[in-house]
Amino acid sequence: MLRKRIIPCLDVADGRVVKGIQFSDLTDAGDPVELAARYADEGADEICFLDITATHEHRPALLDVVQRTAATVSIPLTVGGGVRSVADMRAVLRAGADKVAINSAAVARPTLLNECAAAFGSQCVVLAIDAKVNTNGAWSVWTHGGRQMSDLDAISWATEGAARGAGEILLTSMDQDGTKSGYDTALLAAVRQATSVPIVASGGAGSTDDMVAAFDYGKADAVLAASIFHHRTHTVTDVKAQLATAGIDVRQESKVTWP
Amino acid sequence: MTNVAIIDHGAGNLVSVTNALTAIGAAPRVITSPAGLATADAVVLPGVGATGAAMDRLNETGMADAVTAWEGPLLGICVGLQLLFDRSDEDAQPCLGLMAGTVRQVTGQPLPHMGWNDVNHRRDPLFDGIPSGEPFYFVHSYAPAPLDEDQTIATAHHGSPFTAAVRSRNRVGVQFHPERSGAAGFRLLSNFVANVTEPSRVA
Repeated sequence: MLRKRIIPCLDVADGRVVKGIQFSDLTDAGDPVELAARYADEGADEICFLDITATHEHRPALLDVVQRTAATVSIPLTVGGGVRSVADMRAVLRAGADKVAINSAAVARPTLLNECAAAFGSQCVVLAIDAKVNTNGAWSVWTHGGRQMSDLDAISWATEGAARGAGEILLTSMDQDGTKSGYDTALLAAVRQATSVPIVASGGAGSTDDMVAAFDYGKADAVLAASIFHHRTHTVTDVKAQLATAGIDVRQESKVTWP
Repeated sequence: MTNVAIIDHGAGNLVSVTNALTAIGAAPRVITSPAGLATADAVVLPGVGATGAAMDRLNETGMADAVTAWEGPLLGICVGLQLLFDRSDEDAQPCLGLMAGTVRQVTGQPLPHMGWNDVNHRRDPLFDGIPSGEPFYFVHSYAPAPLDEDQTIATAHHGSPFTAAVRSRNRVGVQFHPERSGAAGFRLLSNFVANVTEPSRVA
């Protein structure tokens, strides 16, 4: 049975982990390498590392932090932020990332997804979509760390992105981000209907009940959470124990010891 | 220290494999040409990406022939495992043909099959100290169907059961990523390296 994944997310700005509410009001939450190591020890299934100011500042992700994080953890690492070309993606993979999330650059030039999938395989191309409810009651795609609204509809963009070679969709609800009032399960379910690639739910995690809802109603394959872990409201271990009690099939602590 | 040559075929994430082998006490070295095999005790054929692109690169560099001729311990990871077989439904290019069979698409949804899934194995030195059913990290859409079913030493399930690990003498392969599977993955890699120095343990 494929286990449901719990992915702590490290939003990084200027080499520090930060946390905002609805993509603004950033506060410091610690050192990325230390936090990644702690979450991996607690049983995280992957680590996601998003350089949230990279695109805005027109520079690639902070490769040295990626390198140190990748060398520290023995679980998969997804890195996003500022990737605009196959060469950018190669640099991030060479620094030790297992998957690379692409957002703004794919919206600007969708064939980037085809190029990256052809060069490195779909399995390491993650399409990150920041979605926000628009005046028509549908979801618009936003770029540049939530600074710019695009013309794209989130559902059709997810379908197109998967067809172009994205092997996973990291779906963030900007409306829910940082509110701790639950994932946007309607958005998740709508994207699930439209595509067959794995979906990572993001934005709004406040409790394990929210995660259960994302899995049960949103049909998510994985959930991303930041503040509940950074603020030590919950450890990854606690969250997984509670999810298991709620009937979600998560990976429990390994009986294998190393060294 | 065991010298492990990691074959660079252009696509794979070699950093994770290098980091993991270093962590378990081996001496890994990324090689791009057959000359690099001269000082190797063991070979790892890693891989993410597609089999076709990987085979093109292995053929261009002469590594395809060199790997075929290599008789020492060999570990294929993910696409590296798939390359050991005759061919893949993913691409037209023939693969290395070191094991008989075709690589086929996994039947389950969603695809790619991505995440931690239980690996059920039979007794094999590669899985020493690892309980059957232990989850490992997968990310792939294809898996091999060995003609010789005895070569399958572990299976996993996504839609239907598929081969998750194989052995043919001292050639082994895993469809999952031990380098990204935490303690269990490191244990498996260290079992592979231990068997290099104690070949008698391999039947």
